[in-house]
Amino acid sequence: MDVTFKIRRYNPEIPGKDKPYWQEYVLKDVEPTNRVLEMLHRVKWEQDGTLSFRRSCSSGICGSDAMRINGRNRLACKLLIRDVGAKIQVEPILGLPVIKDLIVDMEPFFDHYRSVMPFYVNNDPLPADGRERLQTADDRAIFDDTTNCILCACCTTSCPSFWANGKYVGPAAIVQAHRFIFDSRDQAAKDRIDILAEPDGVWRCRTVYNCTPACPRGISVTRAIGEVKLAIMRGSPKGIINPKDIPTHE
Amino acid sequence: MQTHQFDAVIIGAGGAGLMAARYAVLGGAKVAVISKLYPSRSHTGAALGGIGAALGNLEEDKPLWHAYDTVKGGDYLTDQDAAMVLAEEAIDAVVELEHMGLPFDRTPEGRISQRRFGGHTSNFGEKPVRRACHSADRTGHMILQTLYQQCIKDDVKFFDEYHVVDLIMNNGKVAGVIAVQLGTGELHVFHAKALMFATGGWGRVWQISSNAHTLTGDGAAVLFRRGIPMQDMEFFQFHPTGLYGLGVLLTEGIRGEGGVLINGKGERFMEKYAPNIKDLASRDVVSRSIYLEVRAGNGVKGKNYVYLDIRPETVNRYLAEAGETRRIDDDHVRHALAETLDTCRTYVGVDPLTEPMPIQPTAHYAMGGIPTNVNAEVVLDANWTVLPGLYAAGECACVSAHGANRLGTNSLVDLVVFGRRGGMKMAEYVKQADFVPLPPNPAGEIEAELNRIRNNKGKSRAYELRNEMQQVMMDHVGVFREENGMKSAVESIKELRERYRNDVVIDDHGHKFNTDLMEAWELGCLLDLAQITAESAVARTESRGAHSREDFKDRDDVNWMVHTLATYKGSAAAIAGPINTELNFDKKVNLSLMEQDERFKPKARTY
Repeated sequence: MDVTFKIRRYNPEIPGKDKPYWQEYVLKDVEPTNRVLEMLHRVKWEQDGTLSFRRSCSSGICGSDAMRINGRNRLACKLLIRDVGAKIQVEPILGLPVIKDLIVDMEPFFDHYRSVMPFYVNNDPLPADGRERLQTADDRAIFDDTTNCILCACCTTSCPSFWANGKYVGPAAIVQAHRFIFDSRDQAAKDRIDILAEPDGVWRCRTVYNCTPACPRGISVTRAIGEVKLAIMRGSPKGIINPKDIPTHE
Repeated sequence: MQTHQFDAVIIGAGGAGLMAARYAVLGGAKVAVISKLYPSRSHTGAALGGIGAALGNLEEDKPLWHAYDTVKGGDYLTDQDAAMVLAEEAIDAVVELEHMGLPFDRTPEGRISQRRFGGHTSNFGEKPVRRACHSADRTGHMILQTLYQQCIKDDVKFFDEYHVVDLIMNNGKVAGVIAVQLGTGELHVFHAKALMFATGGWGRVWQISSNAHTLTGDGAAVLFRRGIPMQDMEFFQFHPTGLYGLGVLLTEGIRGEGGVLINGKGERFMEKYAPNIKDLASRDVVSRSIYLEVRAGNGVKGKNYVYLDIRPETVNRYLAEAGETRRIDDDHVRHALAETLDTCRTYVGVDPLTEPMPIQPTAHYAMGGIPTNVNAEVVLDANWTVLPGLYAAGECACVSAHGANRLGTNSLVDLVVFGRRGGMKMAEYVKQADFVPLPPNPAGEIEAELNRIRNNKGKSRAYELRNEMQQVMMDHVGVFREENGMKSAVESIKELRERYRNDVVIDDHGHKFNTDLMEAWELGCLLDLAQITAESAVARTESRGAHSREDFKDRDDVNWMVHTLATYKGSAAAIAGPINTELNFDKKVNLSLMEQDERFKPKARTY
């Protein structure tokens, strides 16, 4: 089949191309099972080497190739042509400054990530037997969903609250904080809760639900944010959230 | 041009680089980590099934058994001192990862859960053992995340999206590296007392590959061009279970959970090739078995693939047949192999709970690479002469714990064990070492090379050359090899290199995020490594581990218990003419375990 790509281009180095514009490319002999990323590579390799985008693993785990494809945030490597059809519009993800073509400045995103203490804290002495700390399978299951995050930014850059106010930490940072807040071994939940209770923390979330369908990892992002909100309201994460008690309507 | 100065610079932010960074920082060194990707994009994150360690949480296990499996899995080319370090320190390294917060799956007692994996056995090959510590089937993702998180906690300095393109030497001493800041195209000089290369593999040399597009062997190629030898390049692992047509990896953990390989006739063919542990034989053995089945006309629908079946009814039938009490159900598969289900559904529309998965072997892992000792110090020759200040760890390095074929899970062990050792050693080294002065105009040569590629007026587009290389290497330097094919591959690669040198052309002549330019530069790395891989393979006239020759079918322990060292006799940012490689076979395999224990003596390798 033939596929037409309509791609948002921008190159600050070239006069005439230093304002965003659309460019179309037609590819022949495309298979429905081809990945969108592969087809972007064909455009770049066969037709126009100046087309610029990030990518690495091409199997949905590195999180490099988040793009807005036919109006939805997707990983280009995890999306097949048959799922988007023969006319494919590709833009950079929204809410972050565009550097060139589909490449955006990820620094504001990673700044938000770093601001929520996205690391494990446990200052207790290590077990005397020199082995692992114990954790029950049930306690481990509570935060399983949010350990899936690959920091691709699909969720954060689909969020109208983030588009409106870039100071909002955004869904991805909250997901990362959630992963630790609800880990029974971690001891810094209170600090993270305090950070996220600030005006640019979780309360900028208006439960629009864009983030959850945007997540290429299937994380229930809105639910994770809701659980953090609950933890803030109740002043503690411990013992209040049991996934079984929350209806799964997502 | 900006110049930065650090005690230690680590190139690559995957598992090995991050582990080394953390230990170098804790050791008091001023450290920078440079990576062409954001650290969380590193390919460690794509590792799936587990990290091996003889914790014995579910059944008896010992480091010595792990070392034995590693040596045998490596078809006795494994340096036995390195295998023992790996097996012993794996335990402590995995426990340390847990202490850093890694969310391992848990046993009913709350300990780290473990599963079976290919080639891992108890009591010297007696039966499969549960040794692979796992976090569902995204263990590598969790290791990468955890290490990156701890580096953020420890305030490690990162230079993200800086692409290292040359090594700076001065009078034979290590002085630093040159990197392109991708966002601006500007060259930066990193002046350092110690350097660690942790830049990963070069699986993109082959057409069907599990590797990221970015795994182009940059670090290894940069060092090779500056005269550092490359060891055992002929040994490259093909993972048996790549998704058919795509090469995307399906974890060995599927077979660890009980999954079986089935040919087009519906037979569980691994019973023929590895009667004892069957589908859990070493990867080289399983990949060859799949090729042999296909060659015998037993591929599915007459094509070059077979099935991997994890449907509980299939698995339970074979478990019952084997007299095992364990059974699996859909829920167990859904949790333990979540990534697998997602991958199959996304890419081939197959639901592994109701259909078998179509698979073929896929280029996966470099056993060879930059030679190091067990402290991750780079060594230059058969006498283990250390080049002070230069370190390597992870896939780009060859320590050689993996010998001729790596066992599943041992790559993750390698990262944390040797990354940690290297980090500690660097911290010690920089305390007593001085900076080697920078030579005049250290970036001149590489700048000229990048400008050559940027402005060259030719007709050969980089992707065409890359495709040709990948096809040639797949056809002639893949799972099965023979002399004429390999020699023709060497000639083809030489021609491609010449076209690359003289005729390459790119479209993007700019500076900001010039991915066209950097991809073309990376192709140069792939071509150099492809050539020495093929040359090393031609020279080794035996079959061992992943190097399987149809014209020399047997292992030859009389002549070939040695490592191959391939050295470029010169020093350049880019080798302009043909590469004249010197091959050396004087470096003997370390047999220290065998000297104490007969069971480590090379013998016929059966599973």
